[in-house]
Amino acid sequence: MTKEKSRYIEPLFKFKGVTKKRRTSSTSTITVLKDVSLRVNEGDLITITGPSGAGKNTLLSLFNRLEEPDAGNIFYRGKSLREWDVLQLRRQVGLVFQSPIMLEGTVRENLLFGPGLRGQFPDAPLEEIMDMVGLDREILDRNSLNLSGGQKQRVALARTIANGSRILLLDEITASLDQDSASAVEDLIIKLNQRERYTCLWVTHDRSQAERICSHSWFLHDGEVKIISNS
Amino acid sequence: MTLTALFSTLSFVAIALLLSLWQRLGLERDLVVGTIRAAIQLIAVGYILHVVFNLRDWPFLVLMILLMTLVASNNAAKRGSGLEGIFFKVFVAIAVAEIMSMALLLGLNIVDTSPRFIIPLSGMIIGNSMIACSLLLNRLQDEVQSRSEEIKVALSLGATSRQAIDNALRGAIRASTIPVIDSLKTVGLVQLPGMMTGLIIGGADPVQAVRYQLLILFSLTAVATLSSIILVFITYPTMFTKSHQLKPTFFHRF
Repeated sequence: MTKEKSRYIEPLFKFKGVTKKRRTSSTSTITVLKDVSLRVNEGDLITITGPSGAGKNTLLSLFNRLEEPDAGNIFYRGKSLREWDVLQLRRQVGLVFQSPIMLEGTVRENLLFGPGLRGQFPDAPLEEIMDMVGLDREILDRNSLNLSGGQKQRVALARTIANGSRILLLDEITASLDQDSASAVEDLIIKLNQRERYTCLWVTHDRSQAERICSHSWFLHDGEVKIISNS
Repeated sequence: MTLTALFSTLSFVAIALLLSLWQRLGLERDLVVGTIRAAIQLIAVGYILHVVFNLRDWPFLVLMILLMTLVASNNAAKRGSGLEGIFFKVFVAIAVAEIMSMALLLGLNIVDTSPRFIIPLSGMIIGNSMIACSLLLNRLQDEVQSRSEEIKVALSLGATSRQAIDNALRGAIRASTIPVIDSLKTVGLVQLPGMMTGLIIGGADPVQAVRYQLLILFSLTAVATLSSIILVFITYPTMFTKSHQLKPTFFHRF
């Protein structure tokens, strides 16, 4: 019994019978997730695919409680999400949005925003984080609104890393980028996962990208999550 | 003003009616209804004020101000129909602005403690507060919807609802105080305010009229800012859940 217990690895996230509905008009709703159970282990790199409107973005929003499930339970490090301090949870589980929204101010101000909310500074120097995401240090003091789409997406990623998040929820972050920028971001995420042990959940509509990145994907369809092999 | 002179002012309405008929604007019905309503409402208020001024009883005065506040709150609350308990919140914002400004005006002996001063001043304060609240509610919902992505980014970085909505709140407060601040900048240059004009026509000394107008302008500026700030801070929490989640109504348009 003791041996069996010691072999059991607590998953980072565990979904138990999660259902999520979404309003489509003032009178009707659709069920985007039906009784979904899944688990994510520390250091996983998982891609999430599925048709438009399948609930991929909604699924990501449940991991850091930007949205609430209608039924079922979600556990993070063995504890129900509801038991976590939501602000602390969101610091640990960072979400990078599809459209890289920049907060008003310079790139530096964007990177300092998250830690600044708690009166802190990032754990690593900003220059190091800029290097990590492949951004030129020179742009730290540039107005973030004047950057290119590719640069903004990297700043959004750097902002989440500077906030101390080791779990990255990535919502189609290469969808609006050109081919070169998209592959650079793709390499960066793989590097963060393999070398720095970041846990990454990556929503993508691009099947070939999902196949390149990892061996298995979650496929969302009709409110259900199926694990599919990319090999 | 004689009754004959008063009736002859209807010629202005007649001009508007003729212009509407000539240009086929279809405004005739609205013009007639609006003119009749304005005349009935103002004549009724004139008689009510006549009675209240003569009674000199505080309960009637308070009742009249309460009624004005309720009507103003009901009107401004229509701009925030999607927000929980908005009528009560607007009522609080307008009432606090009215109480504080009246306490200052009466406490510092700036105006006389008679209904003749208190009611018209309260009318201006409550009316101005109502406009500020309407503009604020209108702008706040627009700001939150247009900035919903920015708000969600801030929330996902660990910001509280208050921290995440900060820019939207500032934008809404600024928008609601634009009319009163613009009128501060242009008063005397672009327009002569209604109260001052009324006093001068009524035979008051222009310098005295200007003093009263300045009193009104300064207090209305404070009132607009105060009621906007009170309303924004008691309203924005209803846009979020207790877990710092922006409610879906504010980021999905149905």
